[in-house]
Amino acid sequence: MLDSKIPAGKLEDKWTEYKGHCKLVNPANKRKIEVIVIGTGLAGASAAAALGELGYSVKAFCFQDSPRRAHSIAAQGGINAAKNYQNDGDSVFRLFYDTIKGGDYRAREANVHRLAEVSTNIIDQCVAQGVPFAREYGGLLSNRSFGGTQVQRTFYAAGQTGQQLLLGAYSALERQVALGTVKVYDRHEMLEVVKIDGKARGIIARNLITGELERHFGHAVLICSGGYGNVFYLSTNAMGSNVTAAWKAHKQGAYFGNPCFTQIHPTCIPVTGDHQSKLTLMSESLRNDGRIWVPKQKDDNRKASEIPEDERDYYLERRYPAFGNLVPRDVASRAAKERCDAGYGVGTTKKAVYLDFADAIMRYGKIECGKHGIENPSKEVIRHHGLDVVKEKYGNLFDMYAKITGEDPYEVPMRIYPAVHYTMGGLWVDYELMTNVKGLYCLGEANFSDHGANRLGASALMQGLSDGYFVIPYTLGNYLADEIYSKAIPTTHEAFAEAEKKVADRLENLMNIKGTETVESLHKRLGKIMWEKCGMARNEQGLKEAIEEIRTLRNEFWNNVKIPGGIKEFNPELDKAGRVADFIELGELMCIDALNRKESCGGHFREESQTPDGEALRNDEEFMFVSAWEYKGHNGNNIEWELHKEELNYEVIKPSQRNYK
Amino acid sequence: MQHYTMNLTLKVWRQKNANTPGDFQTYNVENISSEMSFLEMFDVLNERLIEEGKEPIAFDHDCREGICGMCSMVIDGKPHGPWAQNTTCQLHMRAFKDGDTIVVEPWRAKAFPVIKDLVVDRTSFDRIIQAGGYISVNTGNAQDANNLPIEKKAADEAFAAAACIGCGACVAACKNSSALLFTSAKVAQLSLLPQGAPERKTRVVDMVAQMEKEGFGACTSTGACEATCPKGISITNIARLNKEYLWATLTAE
Repeated sequence: MLDSKIPAGKLEDKWTEYKGHCKLVNPANKRKIEVIVIGTGLAGASAAAALGELGYSVKAFCFQDSPRRAHSIAAQGGINAAKNYQNDGDSVFRLFYDTIKGGDYRAREANVHRLAEVSTNIIDQCVAQGVPFAREYGGLLSNRSFGGTQVQRTFYAAGQTGQQLLLGAYSALERQVALGTVKVYDRHEMLEVVKIDGKARGIIARNLITGELERHFGHAVLICSGGYGNVFYLSTNAMGSNVTAAWKAHKQGAYFGNPCFTQIHPTCIPVTGDHQSKLTLMSESLRNDGRIWVPKQKDDNRKASEIPEDERDYYLERRYPAFGNLVPRDVASRAAKERCDAGYGVGTTKKAVYLDFADAIMRYGKIECGKHGIENPSKEVIRHHGLDVVKEKYGNLFDMYAKITGEDPYEVPMRIYPAVHYTMGGLWVDYELMTNVKGLYCLGEANFSDHGANRLGASALMQGLSDGYFVIPYTLGNYLADEIYSKAIPTTHEAFAEAEKKVADRLENLMNIKGTETVESLHKRLGKIMWEKCGMARNEQGLKEAIEEIRTLRNEFWNNVKIPGGIKEFNPELDKAGRVADFIELGELMCIDALNRKESCGGHFREESQTPDGEALRNDEEFMFVSAWEYKGHNGNNIEWELHKEELNYEVIKPSQRNYK
Repeated sequence: MQHYTMNLTLKVWRQKNANTPGDFQTYNVENISSEMSFLEMFDVLNERLIEEGKEPIAFDHDCREGICGMCSMVIDGKPHGPWAQNTTCQLHMRAFKDGDTIVVEPWRAKAFPVIKDLVVDRTSFDRIIQAGGYISVNTGNAQDANNLPIEKKAADEAFAAAACIGCGACVAACKNSSALLFTSAKVAQLSLLPQGAPERKTRVVDMVAQMEKEGFGACTSTGACEATCPKGISITNIARLNKEYLWATLTAE
């Protein structure tokens, strides 16, 4: 039975009550307790720093060459917080409500409310650390809007918010390194969770420079390893982003929650060809000012500038007048796919729509001319001033677009298309962020908990830092208070030896296949299956086919993969092979979960379940639950999983059909 | 924009590990699309090398969108290649033409030892940050963010300095392998903000001391760092660091 350990009491009092009554560990004991943190993105770095500050002895692991490289660094648009600095009607409740609704009523009320509560502390903390958020001339913090909301609650630092927040957390982490409470293991990859008497007690990690395996003990293990979007091969994730740490935890008994909930982001730079290695996001903040359109005429090959206003279809504004271009991501993505599939796409591949700033440039230009007292300005003068404003707001994004495409987005509209961006699914955790394995925690994007079936923009940074700075310091203590009698277990313990042997054997197996197909090409094939059959739209037949195809691919991988080099050396191909092997298993589970969930909700769109006008149609009667999959082991060529359900009880919000019209 | 394909000759630095001397190896690559990124061109080459049973070229990369700071190639003598304010991963092949020969090397600096081929060890940068690149504030109970208004100009300047991605191109470009642009960007960010004031003196002195300990060279103000920096970090940050350093040492107790 899954116990989510949601505290009793009124929703708005649960977290305060919990904090008031959870168990504590005294400072002298904290020093003797070791905590392992996997991943150094916003969740991992903030957790490691905060736990180090409390006095725990922390080991932080990352596969990159420095904790500062974690992919949180690439988050662009911003971070939400219910500060209501704009006096536009925001509140903790409103942020909570928007997040639950945005997630299409598939997230836990108590977790999301806590997230909304601590959102305000995050901004305070980051400013205290010296994070240079955007400010107004009066010296106060600036805000902007994001999709799925009608208030301005997003804090930002140009289009580099993730970078600035991560560098803040990284600085806090490095400060703890200097103080001796945290030790960082960079270029290390976690390859196994070590369990002793049912509790997570350490890990096996591989030093990626020497290839040596290492044993590390911990009284608790925190998985903060991010999302699994790279299962699609092409995504906005970094090349190294992977599911391996979470997958090892899953195979050691941690349930995987809602694996099929993936977010396809509507505004990314389109694919150009088979050589493509990754996709680049253009921040959702651009939808504040950019208008999305396609030609009204099918297969229109004219340049954007040659298409007159009345021959353009601003389809989001047409379909969703209340939210317009700021509908949630899943809605915007499906609408783009619908137009392109119907033959209205633009660009050479016809798999793109326009994101146009011409109106915004003129609108801002007029305001600026007014401010500067310029009377009867010419169109050129207005445009000139407008360009300056747009440059300040989005300059780095426009530059990035120009570098990749060779086109100047100040002159021609951007071409954009949806791409895999974020995964709402992840390891199942309870209210304390503990998986169903004792002592094994999961934070940030790697867990399933806060975003339901669709994440709203600027909420990932909020969740990562909430989990790391403000939740885990309390909830971990509640567990560790009973662990103060457990001495550190020597890594000569047989459980460590067995785990290390398992990892070593797997590496040997991989190297001994000596087949003919490269890791990269197998990964591409997996991505293609996933994108076509478990992507923006899914149906029963496609998913069944995908499961069979992935099983075949898994056999091929284990019989025919070709990995150069050796084990005891710096060998990125071997690292990648291990990750792709895990992605293949995960891909199968994602399709099984998608097949099982015979409803549409958020980013999960089952073609069999839609409203007459093509919107996602939920089935609350049968599917108002979290799917938590238990790994049951290999049975011949098949992997078996058992489904556990965590029923979602909405005590405060009444779920309704989402409506952004 | 017209797209085209090209054939190229690559001269790439190969080095087994830190203890083995390296040398240049020549590779020909064909049918490279002008739409590819520079690293995608390397992907194509590596796939071929693997298929031929040869060892692929090791290089650092991760986000491939110019922000993580991991990619690090000296291309035709320039860190991150020919484009201004650009990272290796954002360099696209339309910067080259059919028949070009391209020379690719790792960052070269005593404080950045080679790990393999084009991969170097930059943990010295982390240790410079450990020496003081932070504000000493524990988590929790910070005052309301808007209780601390900060002049927009100072906030913008602090942000411009904070945009450093820690890639190390400044070091690779410097004839002395100085890390002063990197160090000064962090010192400047924190000295421009009121939150950074209490630790201003110790920060600059400790970070500079660590930089020297790591084996980075001295700054002789040639400006190669600024010209190379993918994020346009200004050399005025170095002037600010010098000012901070002078003030801190002159008023030391």
